[in-house]
Amino acid sequence: MAITQPQLRLELAGENAFILYLEPQQISPATAAAVQYYCSLLTPLLGQHLTELLPSYASVLVQFNPLTHSHLSLLPLLNQVLQAKAASAGQLAQQSSKIVELPVWYSAQSGADLLSVAKAKNLTPDEVIQLHSSQSYQVYAIGFAPGFAYLGELPAELAMPRLSSPRAKVPAGAVAIADRQTAVYPAASPGGWHLLGLCPIRMFNPQQQPAMPVAVGDQVRFIPVSEREFQLLGGAL
Amino acid sequence: MTQPNHSACLKIISPGTLSLLQDAGRFGMTALGLTQGGPLDVHSFAWANALVGNPLHSTVIEHSIGGLIVQATADCTVAVTGAVLPLLLNGKAVACWQAIRLKAGDELELGYMTQGLRAYLAVSGGFAVALQFGSSATVMREGVGGLHQDGSKLAAGDQIPLAGQAILPALTTPDPQVQQFSLPPLASAAALTKAEQKQSGASTVLSLRLLEGYQHHLFSAVERARFYLNPYQVSTNCDRMGYKLSGSAISCSSRALLSEGISLGAVQIPPDGQPIVLLNDRQTLGGYPKIGTVLSLDCWRLAQTPPGSLVQFSPLDSYQVHNALALYRAGFSPAAKAAHPQHAATQEPL
Repeated sequence: MAITQPQLRLELAGENAFILYLEPQQISPATAAAVQYYCSLLTPLLGQHLTELLPSYASVLVQFNPLTHSHLSLLPLLNQVLQAKAASAGQLAQQSSKIVELPVWYSAQSGADLLSVAKAKNLTPDEVIQLHSSQSYQVYAIGFAPGFAYLGELPAELAMPRLSSPRAKVPAGAVAIADRQTAVYPAASPGGWHLLGLCPIRMFNPQQQPAMPVAVGDQVRFIPVSEREFQLLGGAL
Repeated sequence: MTQPNHSACLKIISPGTLSLLQDAGRFGMTALGLTQGGPLDVHSFAWANALVGNPLHSTVIEHSIGGLIVQATADCTVAVTGAVLPLLLNGKAVACWQAIRLKAGDELELGYMTQGLRAYLAVSGGFAVALQFGSSATVMREGVGGLHQDGSKLAAGDQIPLAGQAILPALTTPDPQVQQFSLPPLASAAALTKAEQKQSGASTVLSLRLLEGYQHHLFSAVERARFYLNPYQVSTNCDRMGYKLSGSAISCSSRALLSEGISLGAVQIPPDGQPIVLLNDRQTLGGYPKIGTVLSLDCWRLAQTPPGSLVQFSPLDSYQVHNALALYRAGFSPAAKAAHPQHAATQEPL
C-alpha cells in the first residue's frame, strides 16, 4: 500500500473544540490509518485536557472543557503532541488490525433490492453476493444514528447511487449499499440505500458492553449464511 | 446511587406539549453515534437545580410550550425556571425562579409560555432515573435515555421517583437580569417604533454571536457580508436537533464534503443556502459546509425563540468568545452566584 503523508490542519470548531483535518480530504485506507494514528496520539489527553474525540473519514473533532481550557491554552499542547510524532509510513501501516466478521443472509426475501441491483449492474444475484462478501471493509466513520458504521470501499462493480426516494422503513439489520459504501442498519429507520440482505448481529445494543461490535478503524468482513443459520444466530425477518 | 424511596414520586398528570427528562447531557459517546442531548437552555436548567440545592447537572424535566401538570406523592421542594409562564399551585398563582414547597397530593401546573419556549422543573434531591451511557438525557430520535431508558417523552401516568427526601434549601430568588438572561427579545418590543426601541435598548432581533471555523474559508467575502448584514427568520422547522432559518441564501464554493464531527451551535449551509443552527440532538456527523458555530449562550436563547422571530449573526474571534464565556460565569451562572451571594437580590427567607 502506497502511503502518502497527510498534511495536518487545525481549524476552530466551536467555543470548546478544534477540528483536525487530514489533507487532502479523501476517503482512503491511508487517510483512515492516519486518522487512527493521530487519534491514538490525542487519546492520552482525554480526561485532563480533552473531553471527546470524534474521528471521521479524514478529520478528528477534538473537544475540550471550556471551564478549564481555551483555544489559546490548548493550541501549543496540541501542536506539540501532533508534531512531535509525525506519522511514519510504518506506523500508519500498523493501525487497524482488528477484523470483525458479520454473518449476512443474502436473498431476495431478506434484501429487497438484491435483484434490482443485479439487474442494474448486469450481474447475477450470486455474483452480487460474491462481490459484496469477497473483501474486507474499513470502518471509516460511525454516525447518522447510534451504531451506524460507514464501511468502504465497495467494489466499483457494485456502486449504485442512492434510491431517488428513500424508503420510509428499512428493517434493523439490513445490509445495504450506496455509492462506494456499505453498512448495516442498527435499527429500523428511513433509508435510501439498496438492501442486499440481513445481518443477525445487533450493531447497537445499549444493554451490552461494548454496545457495538465495531469501532472506527476496524475491518469488517461479511460471511454469507443461509436463512436457517441466520435464525440460529438470533435473526428474525 | 442511594436506594430511591419509590413511594415518593412526581406523577405526570398531563405532559403538556413536550416534557423530557434531561441532565447535563451525554458526553464521550459520539464515537458510538450517540448525540449530546441535555438541556437546550443550560442557564435556566442550572438555575432550577441551584434553587433547590441540587448539584447543577442533576436531572430535571425540560418542558416545551406549556400544559405540564405534575402531582407530588410526597412532600418535596421544586423550582421552575426558564420561559415566562403562569405557574399554578393547586390553582393558585405562585412565582417561578424560587423554591416552592409541595405537600403530598399537591398539583403544580405550568401554563402556556408568554415569553420563551422552554421551562425547567427541578426537585430538591433530584430524580432517581437510571442512566444510559452515563446520562439520563432523553433523545427521542435515538431511543435512548429518559424514565424508561427508551428515549420516550414523559406521558400521563408516568411516576418519576424522587432520589432523596425533600430538604428546604435556603436560597433566594435571583435578580430579574438573571431570570431574563436566556430569554429572547420580548414580542411586545415589536410594537415600539424604531426610535423607541433605540431609546429603551429593546430590540426585536436576537443576536447570534458566531465563532468562524470549519469551512469558513470556503465562503467568499461577499457571501459573508450577506450572512452578517441580513437578519434571518426562525422557520417552523425547529426542534431539539436544530433551527432552520430563512432569509438571504448563502452560497459556498465547496463541492461535496466528507462527513465530519459537528459541534453544538454549528451553522451549516445546505444547498438551498438557508442556514441551520445545530443544537443538542444534532446528528454527530454531517457533510454540509459550516461557516462557524454560535456561542453556547446564544444557542440557549435561540432555543427559547419561537418561529417567526428575527435573528442576526455577528462574528466574534476566539478572544471575544472566551471573554463572553468568562463574563457569563462571573455574572450570571448559578455557580458564581453561590460564590458571591451579595450579587443576589435580597429576598425574604423562604
